[in-house]
Amino acid sequence: MAEDKLSKVSIVVSHGSLEGIYPGLIMANGARMEGIEANLFFTFFGLYGILQKYNHKLRIATVGNPAMRLPDAKGFPMPTIMGAIPGMSAIATKMMSKEMEKLDIPPIPEFLEMFHDAGGKIYACKATVDMFHLTNDDFIPQLDQVLTVGEFYEKSVGAQIIFT
Amino acid sequence: MAVLQINGSSIDVNDEGYMTNHAQWNPDVAAELAKGLGVTLTPAHWRVLNFIDKDFGEKGVVPGIRRMNKVGGIPTKELYDLFPEGPIKKAAKISGYPKPASCV
Repeated sequence: MAEDKLSKVSIVVSHGSLEGIYPGLIMANGARMEGIEANLFFTFFGLYGILQKYNHKLRIATVGNPAMRLPDAKGFPMPTIMGAIPGMSAIATKMMSKEMEKLDIPPIPEFLEMFHDAGGKIYACKATVDMFHLTNDDFIPQLDQVLTVGEFYEKSVGAQIIFT
Repeated sequence: MAVLQINGSSIDVNDEGYMTNHAQWNPDVAAELAKGLGVTLTPAHWRVLNFIDKDFGEKGVVPGIRRMNKVGGIPTKELYDLFPEGPIKKAAKISGYPKPASCV
């Protein structure tokens, strides 16, 4: 039945850590795979996900993450102070990236390209773009538009809005 | 479980229309399954179906979009053009394989 199928989603990404960016990308791309129209709206530090110079360097947050365990997801809880040890975030990121690669989850820049090729739209929040003093040249070429919140709602007519 | 009649042969499919016995698959069956999804098979479609067939033989799962792209050399855009609104699911169904179980 056409009526009981979700037809459009708008996903807001507001965190700039690896685990802040990926859920939005996976859900948005997954929507396209189901034939659902999908918008990705990047705001605040989530904007780093679409900044050309930085989006391939994003990391897992190892500080202030009480769910973190060592040496793997079922290990011992990691004391938060250990998360602050230099290199810890890089190691955690490397380990997780390796697991994601096994599942064919692409690195962020490639993922955005895939999503865009799939017909998904990529937007940036104007207030943050102005606050961070960014220009169009700072963004990945797949960025469709910088939007005000009002314009974002206009683009989201008929969509479920999801905040990650 | 249900049974589809295609060109006089009985084809076993599950409730979602995915074939459950790949031995019953052949190109005519593919063409009929495609028709049911509003797709007319062209050589470009067959390139995708053949890759799924080959990759399923090696890996035992339907390849995701990234694998189709990286290993199969099929651009994502083309995949969405060939099988609009759900390329992997449609291509898997037409090629007679189970519903894809990957998130990407």
